Amino acid sequence: MIEINNITKSYKETKALSGINLHVDEGELFGLIGPDGAGKSTLIRILMTLLLPDSGEAKLDGLDVLKNYKQIRKMVGYMPGRFSLYQDLSVEENLNFFATVFGTTVEENYDLIRDIYYQIEPFKTRRAGKLSGGMKQKLALSCALIHKPKILVLDEPTTGVDAVSRKEFWEMLKNLQQKGITILVSTPYMDEADLCDRVALIQNGQILDVDSPKRITDKFPRKIIQVGAQNMYKLINDLRAYKKAEAVYAFGQYAHFTGFNDEVETIELEGYLQNLGHEKIIAEEIPAGIEDVFMSLMEQ
Amino acid sequence: MEKETIISAINLTKNFGHFTANDNLTFEVKKGEIFGFLGANGAGKTTAIRILCGLSSPTSGEVEVAGFDIYHETEKIKKNIGYMSQKFSLYEDLTISENIKLYAGIYGISRKQRKVKEAELLQKLELEKVKNKLIGDLPLGWKQKLAFSVAIFHDPKIVFLDEPTGGVDPVTRRKFWDLIYEAAHNGITVFVTTHYMDEAEYCDRVSIMNAGKIEALDTPAKLKEKYKATNMDEVFLKIAR
Repeated sequence: MIEINNITKSYKETKALSGINLHVDEGELFGLIGPDGAGKSTLIRILMTLLLPDSGEAKLDGLDVLKNYKQIRKMVGYMPGRFSLYQDLSVEENLNFFATVFGTTVEENYDLIRDIYYQIEPFKTRRAGKLSGGMKQKLALSCALIHKPKILVLDEPTTGVDAVSRKEFWEMLKNLQQKGITILVSTPYMDEADLCDRVALIQNGQILDVDSPKRITDKFPRKIIQVGAQNMYKLINDLRAYKKAEAVYAFGQYAHFTGFNDEVETIELEGYLQNLGHEKIIAEEIPAGIEDVFMSLMEQ
Repeated sequence: MEKETIISAINLTKNFGHFTANDNLTFEVKKGEIFGFLGANGAGKTTAIRILCGLSSPTSGEVEVAGFDIYHETEKIKKNIGYMSQKFSLYEDLTISENIKLYAGIYGISRKQRKVKEAELLQKLELEKVKNKLIGDLPLGWKQKLAFSVAIFHDPKIVFLDEPTGGVDPVTRRKFWDLIYEAAHNGITVFVTTHYMDEAEYCDRVSIMNAGKIEALDTPAKLKEKYKATNMDEVFLKIAR
């Protein structure tokens, strides 16, 4: 459904994208995962025909982003990162506006947005600028869907959004996928990778890996030891000071430890920490998560 | 020995017309503590932070920050706290050095003292070679580390961090938390908001707000026990949903 071949884009000396190759299948929920400045928005803007690449080509449903931009704009739904609604129009007016621009009516495609829109319908006369963050997000999504797009593209829809609203938003995306819409979504939250069918990990304009989240973590070759103890600050400092430590990072209530050549054993770490007076020591080997893999790939 | 209380709020309430943004908040923060201030969007976190920073007065309640009264001594409070957010921190069209100079000037740090501390800071962050670069040209991760260091440049008693790590890569996010730990270890109280629930685990204690009220306040371990959750994400979902 989306084909990206060798796309490159620079802003003056800054290389935003260097040779990106990707494809997204029909009906897939595909995630672009990476921090701010990775190139996610640049890539999305190129796909949305809002920005020209320096080289390379991209097609959406067989349509070229340069030659067929008018057709593309009719069949994609785009929710940009920055709030895209008209602040001075009411909820209802915004939705009608977007429907009219795309030559359709709210009634015609109401089925598609019903589950999302009914939550903000009680506020339909309120100006968009006066909505809470979560409600704005739902309205923006409704507006992006009102012309029944084949492909839905969302640029960081959950950035700055609390954990509860993020969860609800992903549930909405899953429901839309069920309705046959191909979805491309970008996010800086690594934990959201697990909610996608496939993801591209992106950093400094380059793709570090593309695969299903499960395969990405399964094929990660390194041994990760999860370590816990009473005093986290001391624990991290002591682990870093260990002679065979390659990487030590905090992961919630634990630290993740990687040893040189994966030669460090859990029992050996336990002994080391006991000698340093740590209490409530836990050390166990665990399977890698997406964040472990991302951090390892970006440091290479 | 009981640790010194650095923030104390008793029945802090803030109304905007008929809307109650903060509803009888009562809590204490101890010196050197990393205090996580969590809540859904719109729960009232920003309102409370603005009050604690002396930028807004509560409608009622007794609040002391760094030993000063929130109604009458806001200028003293401002001198004793640092603040950093993801959105505003440093001036993009000033250099690293100029930003430090500006902040040092605002907080009344002498020229001599500033020079010593600036050298220390640049060395610690490995920014000596780029000190004359514009902030706008720096990678986000560097900016954030620098913004934090500038926020505590005047050795405040408390530093308020409002979503300091949004959008940064996972390595930088963790390096940022190394700085937070270090500051807390040196006795600076850290009051932090975040949407990353793994970061809630790094806090000594966490409060979770919902609809203007503090619904839960305890150590991450005790909260997980109480809400029968395996991590803070689950605790948060149970409380805020």
